[in-house]
Amino acid sequence: MASTCKSSGSPAIQTRFLRKLFGEKVAVKSLTLEVSPGEAFGFLGPNGAGKSTSVKMLLGLVTPTGGEARILGFPAGNVEARRKVGFLPEHFRFYDWLSAEELLLFHGRLYGMAGSELYRRVPELLELVGLAPHRRRRLRDFSKGMMQRIGLAQALLNKPDLIILDEPTSGLDPAGRRLVRDIIKAERSRGAAVFLNSHLLGEVEVTCDRVAFIKHGEVIETRSLQPNGENATSFRIRAGNLRPEMLAGLERWAKGIQLHDGELSFSVISSESIPEIIRYLVAGGANVYEVTPQHLSLEDLFVQIVGPDGGL
Amino acid sequence: MGVWIVAGAAFREAVRKKMVWMALVTGAAFLILFGLGMRFQTKSMARAPSLIRGQVPNALLMVGLYAVDLLTMVMTVLASSDALSGEIASGAIHAVATKPIRRSELLLGKWLGYVGMMSAYLAIMLGGVTVIAYAASGATALHLASGAALIWLESLLMLNVTLLCGTAFSTLTNGVIVLGLFGMAFLGGWVEQVGALTRSVHAVDVGVIASLIMPSESLWRRAAYDMQSPVVGALRLSPFSNASVPSHTMIGYAAVYLAVALALALRYFGQRDL
Repeated sequence: MASTCKSSGSPAIQTRFLRKLFGEKVAVKSLTLEVSPGEAFGFLGPNGAGKSTSVKMLLGLVTPTGGEARILGFPAGNVEARRKVGFLPEHFRFYDWLSAEELLLFHGRLYGMAGSELYRRVPELLELVGLAPHRRRRLRDFSKGMMQRIGLAQALLNKPDLIILDEPTSGLDPAGRRLVRDIIKAERSRGAAVFLNSHLLGEVEVTCDRVAFIKHGEVIETRSLQPNGENATSFRIRAGNLRPEMLAGLERWAKGIQLHDGELSFSVISSESIPEIIRYLVAGGANVYEVTPQHLSLEDLFVQIVGPDGGL
Repeated sequence: MGVWIVAGAAFREAVRKKMVWMALVTGAAFLILFGLGMRFQTKSMARAPSLIRGQVPNALLMVGLYAVDLLTMVMTVLASSDALSGEIASGAIHAVATKPIRRSELLLGKWLGYVGMMSAYLAIMLGGVTVIAYAASGATALHLASGAALIWLESLLMLNVTLLCGTAFSTLTNGVIVLGLFGMAFLGGWVEQVGALTRSVHAVDVGVIASLIMPSESLWRRAAYDMQSPVVGALRLSPFSNASVPSHTMIGYAAVYLAVALALALRYFGQRDL
C-alpha cells in the first residue's frame, strides 16, 4: 500500500443533472455531486432512492437518460477511466468454479497487469483480506463473508485512483467490517478517493470525510463529517440576561429555538451563522458564557434530513 | 487482449464444469456404437448384390453425419444459452463489465471460446464418423470438406442466434426460443421435401419461409447434398433427400443471417443496462 495515486487533478467523480428513467419510472431525477481525489465520500439514502442506479451509471453499467458524469476526468463508462477504478458490487458474485487466486489473476489480466506485477500483487491482496490460507479453494465453497473479502481484493488489484464500494460490509462479521474500515483509511491515505454506498451509517460516520444524502433520485444535502464542529447543526448557548423577546430575532438564522434556565438551544443551517448569532445576542444585552456544538450522530442527521419515513 | 482472456475463461469454465469431458464421453460412446453398427451391417451385407452392398454403408455414413449435425447443434445451444443471461442474472457480469474491457470484447471473447469448443467437438465427431465408416466399410463422403464447412456454419448460426437471444432473455427462455426455431426449420425442411415430391408449390413455399426465418435446416440439407452419393440422395423421404436442394443463394442468405445475428448481439449487449 505504499504507492500513491497519480491523480490528474480532475475530480474523482463529477456529475451534473444525471438522470435515469426506466420507462416512465424515474430512478434518478437529477444527481449533481463532486468527489475530490483522496476523499472518502459516503452516499446515503433510503431504499429506492436511486443509489444503486447512480453507482451503475458512474461505472457505465447503466446508460444515463440525461445529464453528465465524469470519472477521473473521463466520461463515465470510458475504458480508460475504468483502468483506474476499483469496484466492489453489492453481493459480490463470480464464477464459482474459480479458486480465490484464479479469480484475482483473471481480474488482474483484465486490468492489463503484467505477469510479474500480478504474481506479486495477488498473494499480497489475499494476505490483506485474510484469504491467503484459502487461495486454492473454489468460490463455490466460500461463505458470504469470504465472497465479500475476495470481492474487495479484486477491487484493489490495480491500485485504483477511485474505489467504489457498494455495501462493502454486507455479510461481513465484525472483524470483516473492521478490515473494510482499515482498507478505506489506507486507500484514502494512499491518495485514492473512496465512494461508499452503505446502509450502515456507523461505518460511514467513522470512515467518510463527507456524505451526500439522496432522496427521490437527487442529492438533497451534502455534509462534511470532519470532527471540527462544522457538521454540528445544533448548538447550546449558556448566557445571562437572555430575554424571551430576543428569541424571535434569532429565527432569521436558527430553528427549533428553546430557552430553559438560561440555556438557549437551537439548530442552524450553517455553523457560519454562529458568530452573527453571538453578535446579535451581545448587542441585545445578553452575557454569553459558553457556546457548545451539539454532536448529532449520522443516524440523527439522516432522520433529520431524509425524514423519519426514509422518504418512502 | 481482453477477447482472449474471456475466451480462455469460457473454455476453462466448460472444462471445470465437466461439460467438455461429458461431451467427449458421450461422443466416444456414440462413435463406438456407430463403428459397431457399421461393422455388423457390412458383414451381414457380404452376400448382397454389389449395388446395395456399396450403398448401404454410404447411407449409414449419412445417418452418422446427420446424428453428428444434430448433436453439435444441440450441444452448441445448451453450452452457450447461459453465457450472457446467466451472468446478467447472477450479477457476475458487474465485476467484469466494469474492468477496462469493451462490452464487444467481452461478448466476442465468449463467442470465440464457444466457437473453439464447438469446432473441436465437430472436428472430433465428424472425423471419427468418417474414419470409422471408411475403416469398417470403405464408405466415404463425397465432398467432405464443403459438407463439414456447412455444418460448421450451421453451428455458428446456432451460436450467434443463442448469444443474440441471451442479450434479452433468461437462460431458459433463450434455450426454448433457439431450439424452437431449430425445430421449426427442421419441420419446414421436411414440408419442403414432401412438397417437392408431391409437386405442391405452397408446401415448398412453407419450407422456404421456414428457412428464411431460421436457415439451419437449409445448411444441413446442402451439406448432406454435397456429401452423399447420388443413390443415397435419391432416397426420397430421408433427412438427406435431394428432392429440393437449397440454392447457393440460400447458403449466402444463411451466412449473412448469422453475421447479422452476431452484429445485433454486439449492438444490443453494448447498449443494454446491466
